[in-house]
Amino acid sequence: MKVAVVGAGPAGVRAVERLVAAGLSPVWIDEASDGGGRIYQRPPPGLARDARSLYGFEAKRATALHDTLDALKPRCDWRPDTLVWHIRPGARQLQTLCGGRQDAVTYDAAILCTGAMDRVIPLPGWTRPGVTTMGAAQIALKTQGCAIGHRVVFLGTGPLLWLVAYQYAKAGADVAGVLDTTPFITKARATPGLLLGGATFAKGLYYIAWLRRRGIRIAEGVTPLAIEGGDDGVTAVTWRDAAGRDHRIDCDAVGMGWGLKPEAQLADLAAVPFRHDALQANWVPVRDGAGRTPVAGIYLAGDGAGIGGAEVAEMTGARAALAVLEDAGHRLDPIETVALDRRLASQARFRAALERAFPFPAHLARAMADDTLLCRCEGLRAGELRAAARAEAATGPAPEMNRAKAFTRVGMGRCQGRVCGAAAAEILAAELNCTVPQIGRLRGQPPVKPIPISAEAAP
Amino acid sequence: MKLVRLRDAARPRITLRLDGVPIEAQRGDTLLTALLAADAGYLRDSEFGDGPRAGFCLMGACQDCWVVVEGRGRLRACATLAEDGMEIRRG
Repeated sequence: MKVAVVGAGPAGVRAVERLVAAGLSPVWIDEASDGGGRIYQRPPPGLARDARSLYGFEAKRATALHDTLDALKPRCDWRPDTLVWHIRPGARQLQTLCGGRQDAVTYDAAILCTGAMDRVIPLPGWTRPGVTTMGAAQIALKTQGCAIGHRVVFLGTGPLLWLVAYQYAKAGADVAGVLDTTPFITKARATPGLLLGGATFAKGLYYIAWLRRRGIRIAEGVTPLAIEGGDDGVTAVTWRDAAGRDHRIDCDAVGMGWGLKPEAQLADLAAVPFRHDALQANWVPVRDGAGRTPVAGIYLAGDGAGIGGAEVAEMTGARAALAVLEDAGHRLDPIETVALDRRLASQARFRAALERAFPFPAHLARAMADDTLLCRCEGLRAGELRAAARAEAATGPAPEMNRAKAFTRVGMGRCQGRVCGAAAAEILAAELNCTVPQIGRLRGQPPVKPIPISAEAAP
Repeated sequence: MKLVRLRDAARPRITLRLDGVPIEAQRGDTLLTALLAADAGYLRDSEFGDGPRAGFCLMGACQDCWVVVEGRGRLRACATLAEDGMEIRRG
C-alpha cells in the first residue's frame, strides 16, 4: 500500500512513526528543508541549536519530536524542500514541485498535515515594513536569533500573544507593550475550562505573571486604532482602552495576530467538504475523530484539520495513521486507540475553553474603516469590498465570498486569501446583514502557492 | 524595518549585493534576515502603489517577501538561505 504524508510537523512525524512501525515506507513530503513544522522549526545549519533556549518549556517535546523525525527520514521516501501544489483525488495523485522540477506522487492513502498560520485583522498601517504576524515574530527569534525590531509591540489575542511577548523579553528584546483585544473578564470566565489544560494553562499564567513582574506595559480589552509610521517603517501604535481613552506607544515593530487558522487548501482541492466551526471562528475540513474524511483515501491531522495545538497534533497524527492502517485491514490494538481517543476528547474540552478565553473579535473586522487596506496582495480597501456587496454596484450585488472575489479581486492575489480572508468574510457578512457561514468560504485554487511557469515536468 | 540580532550573531560573514550595493550578512541567514538586519529597510514595492513591503508571515504563506535572485528567479526571501556572492534585486 502506498501512503503519502504531507507535512513534517508534530502531526506528520507521529503519523509517519505509526506507519513505519506497521512496516510501511510512506512518501513523506515537507515544504521546509528540515521538518519540525512551524512550532518546532529548527534553525538552519550554522546557527546554534540549544533546544532549551529555542523551545523553552517545550524543549523536551521538541527534542523528542526531532529525534523521531531524524530517525524516520531514512526509513521512508523523505522529500524535503518540496511543495505539494495540487491534489487530484480521483487519480489519487499529488502534484509536487522541488527545486523547479515537477513530479507526481500517487497514493492509496494520503494524510494531510498541512498546519496553520496566524489569523489577522487588518488595521491602518499594517502593511508597513516592521509589521509582521505573531508567528513571524516568533520564527525570526527562534530560527534566526533576531527580533523584528528594537522596540516591539505585540497586538492581538490568544495564547501566542503572551508566549511570544515572553520569549522576546526573555531574549533581551525591548517589549514596549502587550495589547490584548480580549477583556480580562472574558478570560477569567473561561478559567474553569482552562484548568483542564493543566500544565499548559499553568505555563500561560506563568508567561503573563512574568511579563507583569518585569513591568512590561500590558493592556486588555483594547481597540486597536492604527500602526503609525512612514514608508521606512513603524513609529507607534495607537489604541483605545475600554474606558474610551486613546493611547500611543512608540515602537519600531509590531507583531500581530488573533489566533490561528488551518492551512487547509489541499484538503479543499481534494474535495473534502468544510464546515464553519462557530467556536473556533474558522472554516474547518470535515473529518471524523480519527481523521477520516468523506473523500476516499484522504485523511487529515494536526492544525490543518482544525486548530488544536502541537500536543493535539501529535495525537491526531498518530490517530490518522492508525485509521489508515485499520482501513487497509491491519489489526489495531483496541486499548491503544481507545486511550488515544480519550486523550483527544479531554484535549478538545480544554481547547473549547481556550477559544472562549480568546475569542476572535469579529467586531473589529466588521468595524474596519472603508479606507483601510484589506487585501495586501491586491491593494484592495475595505470600502471596495463593501461597495461590491451593494445592489447598486455595476456588477450587481455579490451575495457570497467567491462572487465578491470575482468582482473585487479580494483573496485573488499571491496569498490566495490566506491573510485577509477571515476579515474579508466578516466585512461582507456585515454588509449583507448575514452570517459568515451564509456567505460561504473562499474556494482554493491550484497551485496552492505560486509556482514558476517555467517549472519543468519530470520525464 | 530593521531586524535586531539578539542571539548567535557571531557566525561567519558572507557578502551579498542588493541592487548592486554590498550587504554583509552571516552564514545561516535567510535572505530576509540578511537584507533586513542590514540596512535594506524593505524588500519590495507593492504593485498597487501602496508602499514598500518587508514580508509579513515569515513562513512562506503570504508571498510578500519576494525578491529576485540572479540566476534563480523570484524567490521568497523568508524561505531562501543567503549565500555568499548572491546578486539580489528587490522583488
